[in-house]
Amino acid sequence: MAGIVLKNVYKSYGDVKIVKDFNLEIKDKEFCILVGPSGCGKTTTLRMVAGLEDITAGDILIDGVKVNDMPPKDRDIAMVFQNYALYPHMTVYDNMAFALKLRSYDKAEIEKRVKEAAEILGISHLLDRKPKQLSGGQRQRVAVGRAIVRKPKVFLFDEPLSNLDAKLRVQMRAELKKLHERLQSTMIYVTHDQTEAMTMGDKICVMKDGIIQQIAGPLELYDKPANKFVAGFIGTPPMNFFNVEVLSENGSLVLKEGSFDVKVPDFMKEKVAPFVNKKIVMGVRPEDIYDKLFANISHQVVSGFSATVDIVEPLGSEIYLHFNTGKNVMVAKVDANNKSKPNQVIELILDLKRIHLFDLDSGKTII
Amino acid sequence: MLYTPNVKQQILKVPFAKRVKNNIKGIGQATEIVIDTFLCIIRGQIDIKNTIIQMVEVGYMSFPIVMLTSFFTGMVLALQVGSATANLFNEPVYIGMITGYALVMELGPVLTAVVITGRVGAAITAEIGTMKVTEQIDALYTLGTNPIRYLAVPRFISCILMLPLLTAISNIIGVYGGLVVAHLSWGIPSTIYMGDILDVMTVRTFFHGFIKSFFFAGILVTVACHKGFQCSGGAEGVGKATTSSVMLSMILMLISDYFLSDLLVSLKIS
Repeated sequence: MAGIVLKNVYKSYGDVKIVKDFNLEIKDKEFCILVGPSGCGKTTTLRMVAGLEDITAGDILIDGVKVNDMPPKDRDIAMVFQNYALYPHMTVYDNMAFALKLRSYDKAEIEKRVKEAAEILGISHLLDRKPKQLSGGQRQRVAVGRAIVRKPKVFLFDEPLSNLDAKLRVQMRAELKKLHERLQSTMIYVTHDQTEAMTMGDKICVMKDGIIQQIAGPLELYDKPANKFVAGFIGTPPMNFFNVEVLSENGSLVLKEGSFDVKVPDFMKEKVAPFVNKKIVMGVRPEDIYDKLFANISHQVVSGFSATVDIVEPLGSEIYLHFNTGKNVMVAKVDANNKSKPNQVIELILDLKRIHLFDLDSGKTII
Repeated sequence: MLYTPNVKQQILKVPFAKRVKNNIKGIGQATEIVIDTFLCIIRGQIDIKNTIIQMVEVGYMSFPIVMLTSFFTGMVLALQVGSATANLFNEPVYIGMITGYALVMELGPVLTAVVITGRVGAAITAEIGTMKVTEQIDALYTLGTNPIRYLAVPRFISCILMLPLLTAISNIIGVYGGLVVAHLSWGIPSTIYMGDILDVMTVRTFFHGFIKSFFFAGILVTVACHKGFQCSGGAEGVGKATTSSVMLSMILMLISDYFLSDLLVSLKIS
């Protein structure tokens, strides 16, 4: 097994820079997720690690060895693709055995490895079928099996669950997580789905426009986002953002949104003080906005904040309420017992210990 | 209108220098495929089973269409030659000689290559292109294999071996097609017709067409594989690559035919 280091990696196509100054260290046996919106360069980065794309500048090291100019076949990696990339004219067994046959492995060894991998993935009964006779989930398992039999140093996954339905995705997520624990391998997983990223990764690298925004564990990303982009990207429903003006009133700092005010608590004053008479962005997660009637928060809250319910989305275990303050729209995640109806005006309160503040220009986190 | 305003704009957007650069890059990539293929063959990295499958596909499966086209080519040649010489000399003469000569030196190799390009070249590009856009080729790379060895080498060997063979068969069938017309339309006895052909046929005449077919096979498979490996853009891209592969192969064959003919004639291989 092996660690991977990407040092000052750049990738350009002509004048277009896709990946910029990418620095990441993945320890041996770590499950690292590259997540970001479409076009952010995560698949390009993965393909550079695989050797399917040339690096414009920088270095990639696998197990301490620089692999910049090494062809993919010599890097000892295995990749699972979004479209499975199975060979349609071969059976499941032949697909999984293919790489080993081409490398002149012993027949007995090939059979042993294929059966082992099939057992792990629960596809032993499918070995004689062709890909067109399999469901999406089964095909993806065969693709994973094809990677496992090679016993590579590093596994690379390029959005492997994107083509699956929601229910199957949840199931496969758990299976891949279990696989990682069983194989104890270094894995890099690319996805645009932040739920996959949060549930699967030991370490998550959030990307935007080819630049790393933050590298952290799931909880740290959620609770301490480095900037507004990460805060808005991680979490479902996404964080609510309000442009507010910082004003000093009677010795206190107040954040004025227009339709409501927030008195800055003492523990935040020092960090907010430099922004007096300036505009910043306040971020509040949906679960930190409460219906006053049902709230049970002991520490300081804002009052006099009312909003009209636009849409009610019942999910069974919780309800998403979409609000309109007249100046802003926002989403709150409330208890399933909430009885709010559309066009109803209700009083809302914010958990001030949980709000985030960002610089308006740079997007960097203030608090 | 061949060029709509949008297409015209798109073409003009790409500067001439960039287009030239892209074409040079394409030549480089195609050369790389050829070199890698030769290296694999020299090292004995040949998938025998796959090669045989390709030979059946290129040779055996193309036989009916080659037979059909060459037979009718021979027939039309004999018809036209007979008609022309009848007008000139009041008698249909030299039918066997001209038909046989034209078939073996030019029409046999060229038309066979064109027909095989349309059938096999398109299929190679489509198959490899589809594998490219569905990441099956990337999977080959990450599975630790060389896609050139698995995909290009069998096709290269099968085309190089089968196209000259098909050309030879095409020549024979074309001659017999000409015989049918010569005998039925112009009343030329078969002994006279065949005698005329054998009078002008030498080993060099045969080699002239044979050597050309080797070069045409190389052009066909190089262009087809290159277009397949460079394919992108999903199903639409595969369609464009296939069309482009066939057109480019045919153009290169027709251009190289002149230069090859010039060279072979100067070397007295005719």
